Amino acid sequence: MTMIFGIPVQALMGQLLVGLINGSFYALLSLGLAVIFGLLRVINFAHGAQYMMGAFAALLLLTVGGVNYWLALILAPVIVGLFGAVVERTMLSRLYKLDHLYGLLFTFGLALAIEGTFRYFYGASGMPYAAPAALTGAVNLGFMFLPIYRGWVVVASLIVCLAVWFMIEKTKLGAYLRAATENPTLVQSFGINVPLLLTLTYALGAGLAAFAGVLAAPVYQVSPLMGSNLIIIVFAVVVVGGMGSILGAIITGYMLGVVEGLTKVFYPEASNIVIFVIMAIVLILRPAGLFGKDA
Amino acid sequence: MRKLLLSAASVGVMAAPAVAEISDGKVKIGILNDQSGVYSDFGGKNSYEAALMAVEDFGGTVLDAPIEVVTADHQNKADIASNIARQWYDTEQVDSIMELTTSSVALAVQALSTEKQKITMTTGAATTELTGAQCSPYGFHWAYDTHALAVGTGGALVQEGGDSWFFLTADYAFGYSLEEQTSSFVTEKGGTITGSVRHPLATTDFSSFLLQAQASGAKVIGLANAGADTQNAIKQAAEFGITQGGQKLAALLFTLADVHGLGAEAAQGLNLTESFYWKRDAQSEEFGRRFMERTGSMPNMIHAGTYSTVMSYLKAIEAAGTDETEAVAAKLHELPVNDVFAQDGKVGANGRLIKDVYLMEVKAPADITEEWDYYNVLATIPGDEAYLDPAESGCPLVTQ
Repeated sequence: MTMIFGIPVQALMGQLLVGLINGSFYALLSLGLAVIFGLLRVINFAHGAQYMMGAFAALLLLTVGGVNYWLALILAPVIVGLFGAVVERTMLSRLYKLDHLYGLLFTFGLALAIEGTFRYFYGASGMPYAAPAALTGAVNLGFMFLPIYRGWVVVASLIVCLAVWFMIEKTKLGAYLRAATENPTLVQSFGINVPLLLTLTYALGAGLAAFAGVLAAPVYQVSPLMGSNLIIIVFAVVVVGGMGSILGAIITGYMLGVVEGLTKVFYPEASNIVIFVIMAIVLILRPAGLFGKDA
Repeated sequence: MRKLLLSAASVGVMAAPAVAEISDGKVKIGILNDQSGVYSDFGGKNSYEAALMAVEDFGGTVLDAPIEVVTADHQNKADIASNIARQWYDTEQVDSIMELTTSSVALAVQALSTEKQKITMTTGAATTELTGAQCSPYGFHWAYDTHALAVGTGGALVQEGGDSWFFLTADYAFGYSLEEQTSSFVTEKGGTITGSVRHPLATTDFSSFLLQAQASGAKVIGLANAGADTQNAIKQAAEFGITQGGQKLAALLFTLADVHGLGAEAAQGLNLTESFYWKRDAQSEEFGRRFMERTGSMPNMIHAGTYSTVMSYLKAIEAAGTDETEAVAAKLHELPVNDVFAQDGKVGANGRLIKDVYLMEVKAPADITEEWDYYNVLATIPGDEAYLDPAESGCPLVTQ
């Protein structure tokens, strides 16, 4: 058997794939964060809570309304997106004129309040959510067993990431959005409703988090704390990728997923800190992040 | 007048011992464990309920002093637990701390309590260090330990032909202790260890570790972790086709609460070791049903064990005629333990309660007659086999 650093190549291939799967979640979540930061200049600390709300929305849609997984995959992001829109319109938009720190503090407080509320009603240990029947089981790839659901996670996340990137960078709506953040007054003078654009952007970011939440529901326990476990890592991903860089967030998400996966092979004890070590190194060498434009 | 004062004073002196029997006029027990994290279903708030049941069954008072039970969440952090323990002892007149899920926490609180001359009775933590190198004259270890788990579950799987093992180990004191003792037990019986990997506590994704275990080709994958970690590992092992591939999972620390959380479908056929099962005999069933009525779930060995620690502690106070630490500890060492949890249990010089433990098998869903009826009791392992001989435990207090 061929070996690399004492690890069989086959095992290494499996680990790379597992890293890619986890990277899919990082990419989706950091994408939403990057969109909100890039266009609104708000550091959205409520992102983890919105991810958790997505998973809970799917669970409640199933248990209360009997709505299946596929419909939940669309409905849950819409519900959480609407919630995001209300939050942006009634509260967050009042803070745009102030320092960025106020937005950060507000969303942080919001996250604590949301998580506390869910914890009060649902406890900490969480509930299971079954994967849809069409996606259960596994295929033997020769070097590893790939659970079909996990393969689906990679595909779904790639499609959504590319679609969002395309919409923001290549469409007219995306051009309006980018222009509105560069110079809102000028864009408004062309008759474009800038506050509405900003609300839509925040709703999109929240919806993306919820989408990741629904994807995660069958893999992990649905629990009020699932977001807070992940949000710090996702922030590190965004920082490494370059704050506000959308493509940077996507690529870094997958990349760090793989790096973390490899760490679990070579030195598992460090697997929960390796991303932060990389963040520190990147901040020292390239403070704007790997894909950041402004230094 | 002077004579009168003198006699009043002497009456006071004579009456004093009666008042001083119980410090602060009440007995206060603290239940300290994880109530919101990965181990919150393992002991959690239900351990507090079990303690309350014991107090009620005892009659609510001891030596005419009221009994009070307080509880707190230590979040699995030794520093938080130590702070709470210190506060309980220093300002809230707590006499004894019990439960103490999580080995790192139990070791820290037991050490602090020794320094403060207070009694700890651990049910939730597993490490044999508590009654080994770090044993305490006031520390007692009640429900189970890593040695009993290794002998029980490890022994059963080796007997079935599982002679090569790979470990998934939680990266802290408890995981090391469980891995080490199971390893030495397996190798003693002629088995081999092909490797191990250490994962952080509260890992959500085990796929990477499971793939390593799969690649190792070991016949048995030993899960030296607990609570939600073990549940997640078992769930994801099924996802990656590990059990289909013929490898067996050994959930070294798995209780009734975990079986319930994971569901009988996923847990069926698992071997596990517990020192209590509610349906084992009439007495345990009566206790189980009362517990169920209060909490909505059946007790596992942590809950029944906590009931037993509170009961034993109160009996020891009664026998000693005081709640003074030295006297109560002496009685705890001396008295046999006979209650719903233990029959003819005896406490070793190292503080270890020695009683029978049971090897269980999780029933297939079709064989389950009522909710929480999950186990077949496969074997009874006598206490002397399950637990280390106190003389060989490495506890410096044991004089031979």
